[in-house]
Amino acid sequence: MKTLVHNLENGTVIDHIPPEITFHVWNLLGKQHDVVVVGNHLPSKRMGKKGIIKIANKFLSEAEANKITLLAPHATVSVIKEGKVFHKYKLSLPSLLKGVITCINPNCITRHEQRETAFKVIQENPLKVRCLYCELLIHSQEIVLS
Amino acid sequence: MINFKGKNIISMHDLSKQEIIHILKTAECMEKKKYYDLLKGKILATLFFEPSTRTKLSFHSAMKQLGGSTIGFSDAQTSSTTKGESLHDTIRMVEQYCDAIVMRHPLDGSARLAAEIASVPVINGGDGKNQHPTQTLLDLYTIKKTQGKISKLHVAILGDLKYGRTAHSLATALSLFDCKLSFISPPSLRMPRQICDELTEKNIHFTEHESVEKIIPDIDILYSTRIQRERFPDPREYEMVKNAFILDTPLFKNAKPTLKLLHPLPRVNEITTNMDATPYASYFEQAGNGIPIRKAVLALVLGAKL
Repeated sequence: MKTLVHNLENGTVIDHIPPEITFHVWNLLGKQHDVVVVGNHLPSKRMGKKGIIKIANKFLSEAEANKITLLAPHATVSVIKEGKVFHKYKLSLPSLLKGVITCINPNCITRHEQRETAFKVIQENPLKVRCLYCELLIHSQEIVLS
Repeated sequence: MINFKGKNIISMHDLSKQEIIHILKTAECMEKKKYYDLLKGKILATLFFEPSTRTKLSFHSAMKQLGGSTIGFSDAQTSSTTKGESLHDTIRMVEQYCDAIVMRHPLDGSARLAAEIASVPVINGGDGKNQHPTQTLLDLYTIKKTQGKISKLHVAILGDLKYGRTAHSLATALSLFDCKLSFISPPSLRMPRQICDELTEKNIHFTEHESVEKIIPDIDILYSTRIQRERFPDPREYEMVKNAFILDTPLFKNAKPTLKLLHPLPRVNEITTNMDATPYASYFEQAGNGIPIRKAVLALVLGAKL
């Protein structure tokens, strides 16, 4: 169980994902050409059950990390280099989310002009964000990822 | 020391109470003294992608009264927008022709985008259904002039609270002044959830109503707004609510003698002309206050020394 099929030489492990959204996180990372291992409903002391995703030769961009944070705010990420954990961190929300969320207001300028969206985090739990442009306040259940 | 030089005026969310008071005090100075040459040599570009009478004319007049000049358009059909030019490109071009920009645009957030692009100050003259900060500043100025204060008043905002950007901006601004707020509208045009959430988070007391009769004896400012036909996606929805509120003299028989009736204008039928001669009617004075407020805003963002 501990090694879970495949130990990475280089890549990223996303751990402590709520089981119900493990495959959402996987989808969010897009098409992968290298080895991907997805484990779900694994026993977890902290969560009871959890999901884990291992991706070979992939390192998360800031935008990807922010998107995962929106789905799984308590997930941990380990960066693996040459078979060792090079860096391990808990995901955290930045105060400004750029290019991560699509504004749900059809009259928002970001839906009409080529412009990276920007949302200010107003509250983390439950999540509330405000569009920097049209000022619409969006609640967690309304968030649409870019 | 509050310094507005080079600052954009986009949303009431960006202005602190101290900054609002500073603008209102500057507007008072503008009424007391003429500053004929204050903005001599400065050019204001007025970009009106949507129709406007008061905002456009009062900005033109304010700029000219301070010795400056204006360029611009008042119909998007006469600009390169009709050729498919993006707002980004329009602003990149216009910023090189002027010292400041006033813009009205149908899309929410357009003013913020323009401000990010432009190297000169941008003043929001109304962005979609979002904000209209200079209207709110002149509304606050009118409240201060007619009531002697802004704080601790009972302000009722009536009409199209869903699409009315002046209603949104005013509610946001009044949340800084410890006012009691009442929102009166048909159920389909209630104040948006985001404004109500914002007020709740700030512990601002507000109530919602479908008629004005019961609360009118307690109101200090009744702020009426037009039901805006052009913002309704479904014309049938407009037809159902267009006559929801028609304010006429009998309604005011139990009103405080000091109550003032404001309206951002234009009105359609929501205030009868019978009201014009009553001591409550303050909407034309309110429109006139657009001049000192816009003179103040222009002088401040252009860094003029009074």
